[in-house]
Amino acid sequence: MLKTDIILAALANGLMSGAVYALIALGLTLVYGVLHIINFAHGATLTAAMFAVFVCHQVLKLDPYLAVFVLTPLFFGLGYAVQRYVINPASHGDDSNILLVTLGLSIIIENALLAGFRSDTRSIDVPYGFSVVEIGGLFLSTPKLIAFAASFAVAGLLGLILLRTDTGKAIRAVAKEKTGAALVGIDVNHVYAVTFGLGAACLAIAACLLMPTYLVNPRSGNAFVLVAFTIVVLGGMGSIAGALAGGLIIGVVESLSGLFLGESLGQIGIFLIFILVLLLRPTGLFGARA
Amino acid sequence: MTPTSRTPTSTTASSRRQVLAGAAASAGLIAMPGLLRAQAPSIKLGILQPVTGALAQDGEYGRLGAEIAINEINAAGGVKSMGGAKIQMVFGDARSNPEGGVSEVERMQAEGVAAIVGGFASPICLAASQAASRYDIPYVVDVGVSDQIVNRGLKNTFRLGPGFGTVTAAALDNLAKINEAAGRPAKTVVIVHEDGLFGSGLAKLMQTELPKRGFEILETIAHPTPSRDMSNVALRIRSLNPDLLIPSSYYAEFVLLARTMQQQRIRPKGVYAVLNGAASNFRFVKEFPDAANLVMDCNHWADPRKARTAAVKAEAEKGGRFWLYNTPLNYSCVRLVADAIERAGSADRAKVTEALTNSTFADHIMPYGPTKFVNGQNTGAGPVNTQVQNGDIKVIFPTEFADAKAVFPAA
Repeated sequence: MLKTDIILAALANGLMSGAVYALIALGLTLVYGVLHIINFAHGATLTAAMFAVFVCHQVLKLDPYLAVFVLTPLFFGLGYAVQRYVINPASHGDDSNILLVTLGLSIIIENALLAGFRSDTRSIDVPYGFSVVEIGGLFLSTPKLIAFAASFAVAGLLGLILLRTDTGKAIRAVAKEKTGAALVGIDVNHVYAVTFGLGAACLAIAACLLMPTYLVNPRSGNAFVLVAFTIVVLGGMGSIAGALAGGLIIGVVESLSGLFLGESLGQIGIFLIFILVLLLRPTGLFGARA
Repeated sequence: MTPTSRTPTSTTASSRRQVLAGAAASAGLIAMPGLLRAQAPSIKLGILQPVTGALAQDGEYGRLGAEIAINEINAAGGVKSMGGAKIQMVFGDARSNPEGGVSEVERMQAEGVAAIVGGFASPICLAASQAASRYDIPYVVDVGVSDQIVNRGLKNTFRLGPGFGTVTAAALDNLAKINEAAGRPAKTVVIVHEDGLFGSGLAKLMQTELPKRGFEILETIAHPTPSRDMSNVALRIRSLNPDLLIPSSYYAEFVLLARTMQQQRIRPKGVYAVLNGAASNFRFVKEFPDAANLVMDCNHWADPRKARTAAVKAEAEKGGRFWLYNTPLNYSCVRLVADAIERAGSADRAKVTEALTNSTFADHIMPYGPTKFVNGQNTGAGPVNTQVQNGDIKVIFPTEFADAKAVFPAA
């Protein structure tokens, strides 16, 4: 029988990892909620953001937590531009085309990174990389705790943007009814691009939070995308609260099932949930009824 | 090729300077006809490595070793028995899977290679060497440790390095010796392994062999590749508190585990890896000197006694690259093939295969001695025990050429 302190540690770990999963899922769910497409380039964009953090650290000597303030606007701009000037024109208004374009983008990004950075696995060494906060015999990794808090802050901020600002209102209007939104004078293409930019910005923040404890190679973003898809389905497509709750649930399930069933079988817990949600509650925890 | 065909006067839009340069060049060629006659046809050598996909890092360092060897051979005048013929690399990307390896072998066959070197992973080596055998192309495996590779009776397949059985037997014997020498401080073991063919096979072997050598296995923990987080594994290790940890994972997962263990302040008396992706990788040692310190590994490694090792290492490390075992192994394999072609005096596949079969090549940089192939396996091949000591990777076993003593148990 496992001791309680190990179960508690696994629980805490699951919550902390789950918060970052949630942040990655936020971008995905937002793009789905508004554009009604699955962005297959999500994983590759995350990898690109992680490499950007790596470059900032190696070349500019910029701490990952300071790089947030550079990379978030940068990735917002990149996301905006890619949607507005690549995905949108290439799709000719057909959703299935958008899928293919994002898939193609993911291949291009991944291989560009492979060409530019070679295939080595890289990590950055920050002074606080190994620091821990000790709470009752639990060693909680400081960077992971920061990531946990920051993920909540970003989700809250995103929620505020959507609820309070004009842009947010426009995004919600387009998500509900794009023809109607266009009729009242909302620039739908602009809103699409802004949403895409917000999704990319979430990934930039996630990358800055991940890099102090994780590593990057041209494929490392993919490890998170499948989990993010599951979270989006669990939380309800397009729901921010759903992504947050879903992320935490998946994080805990992954950690505990890993502990009890072994790491190899631990992944089963995630996909079991995925199947159960699809069977019993296809709209997800917070999803609007279709 | 005639000297005049080199001059650009035939092109209509050439400047006067080009015409003059071309004329000067052709005049030079006419003056030295010997140069042209000496230009023997080049020998095509297939280099097969996975440079995209999951194994890309290993493939890239393998290609680097082959490149260094080919450049060195060509700079030294090529294959002398064939009039100084240069070796020309025909590179193929195995894309980290057996199918990719086979399709590249087909392409190399179409291009007319004299031999193929590489493969890296066992599944790729198995499939690619079999495909090469259909065309009787000599195939030299660089790493692929699966014992099946040389047990199929293929006449074209050779392996310079040691196989799985040899490596693990040496690893276990050396572990027992190191423990014995330190007064048997290690009794309990936890095995952590990736759940693929490589890690699981190794774990199974450990489970039967370690108890015979007086170790008690507390638990065997499997994990998938890729893993996002190794916290659970670290927690289990902490609760089991073993004397010795034996990890068999690929690079990224071992790095995650070592970092998490450092963070959770888990310090077993020793970490002893077998064919590990990280413990003999200078990138890990340089990036996380504390987490890597005193990790032991039993793996392929270049012979530090050989004079050329330092030169190859210096060449490999140019441009911020790191020293991995893939580079010296591929370097040595290419040199082995070049030696066979040299002795055969021909790029004919049957003759090269025969020259390889009878090879007693000693000019490689691995710690093996002259090659002696029995059923394609170089019988003198063996692994080396290394330990990370203060930011450097030292050889601690075999004692004949160790450049450091094992630090065990870790304080």
